Amino acid sequence: MSEIPIMRIGDCLLVSIQVDMHDRLAMALQDDLTQRIVADRARGVMIDISALEIVDSFIGRMLNNIAAMSRVLDAVTVVVGMRPAVAITLVELGMSLSGVRTALNVDKGLAAIRSIVDNPEDEDARQDPDARRKY
Amino acid sequence: MPNETNLVAALIEKDRQTLLTGWLDAQKRYGRQRDTTNAAANTEQARQFLDQLRRGAASGQFDTITGSDWAGMRELLEDLSRALVAEGFSPTDTAMFVFSIKEPLFEMLRRELGKDAAKVADLSWAVTRLVDRLGLFTIECYAATREEMIGRQQQELLELSTPVVQLWDGILALPLIGTLDSARTQIVMESLLERIVTSGAEIAIIDITGVPTVDTLVAQHLIKTISAARLMGADCVLSGIRPQIAQTIVHLGLELNVISKATMADALGLALRRTGKVIVDRARLAETRGTDARSNDPDRRAARE
Repeated sequence: MSEIPIMRIGDCLLVSIQVDMHDRLAMALQDDLTQRIVADRARGVMIDISALEIVDSFIGRMLNNIAAMSRVLDAVTVVVGMRPAVAITLVELGMSLSGVRTALNVDKGLAAIRSIVDNPEDEDARQDPDARRKY
Repeated sequence: MPNETNLVAALIEKDRQTLLTGWLDAQKRYGRQRDTTNAAANTEQARQFLDQLRRGAASGQFDTITGSDWAGMRELLEDLSRALVAEGFSPTDTAMFVFSIKEPLFEMLRRELGKDAAKVADLSWAVTRLVDRLGLFTIECYAATREEMIGRQQQELLELSTPVVQLWDGILALPLIGTLDSARTQIVMESLLERIVTSGAEIAIIDITGVPTVDTLVAQHLIKTISAARLMGADCVLSGIRPQIAQTIVHLGLELNVISKATMADALGLALRRTGKVIVDRARLAETRGTDARSNDPDRRAARE
């Protein structure tokens, strides 16, 4: 069974999903990732899915789970590099991944994590829709 | 009844010229006239029609025109109906073009077989059935051509009415005009997401000034577009909400969960602030900077030189 590598950039972890996901691989990734977040005291997790042409509800749920787990460990999750066709499919499936942050590419994802980690109050303001309107 | 049908074919062959002139004359009396520029083409098509009619009749198939013997005739009628659609003929005129051949055909039968009344009646009935079939086939082709044309226009309209405009670095605008249905939402979504990828935009302004009504379905389509853009890492701002639409949204209890602004200008201001840009009046900028700044102002420097 192949393993999904987890790379470290500063205090962020980068996971690049290049192969088809299946149950055991997803479980292994969740295991590895949570351990690495704790071991490396990571503040952000980037999941790069630019290589995925097909994302089904299973992967959508996995992304949600990873985001929730990271949040418990006080790390921000950003999903980066989603393709337009994938975005449309997820929306049609009714999965808008509302608990997950997104960015266009790794560059912007890293910038997003930086700004959230550096300004925690700003983050609260952005998550609260009422506060968002004050911008 | 192979003998009789062959007889019809033989008669058509024999009286070809009379039939042609008779038919063209009947067309003049019944249907709408084709343009003078097309008169030659019309005569040519009528001649080809008679040729194909003879070939089909010789095969003895009067009750069906789907066989290979009628393939040439079908092709001819398809071309003809396409030409008539392009010339703006009505369905009646198009059908009349084919039906008007009945008169010269019946005349021919009466002339050639005048003594045998039963035979004239039998053959007239067979010819009527055949010509009706041909006429209906022409009308079907006519309708298909029209539908094809309408479909193409719809497609063009869809593509025309969904531009994605780049307002600034990282800021896209999507001015929506007309009603949002599923097909349009799909196209809007696709073009917006493609532009987000190519331009690396972080904010998209969706302007609904041109959307006449917002009901639950339209709102759902808007939410879908906004969610898809968010998945690509771009935030959406909704703008151009008219007072009536604001009321409708509240009355219907719709929760769009998106930042909304009354006008595109407000939305652009917000988007610029979000991307770290500031818009400043020149006069005020000069005041705050003082005289030093004034001497650096490129316009003033140019004026001095």
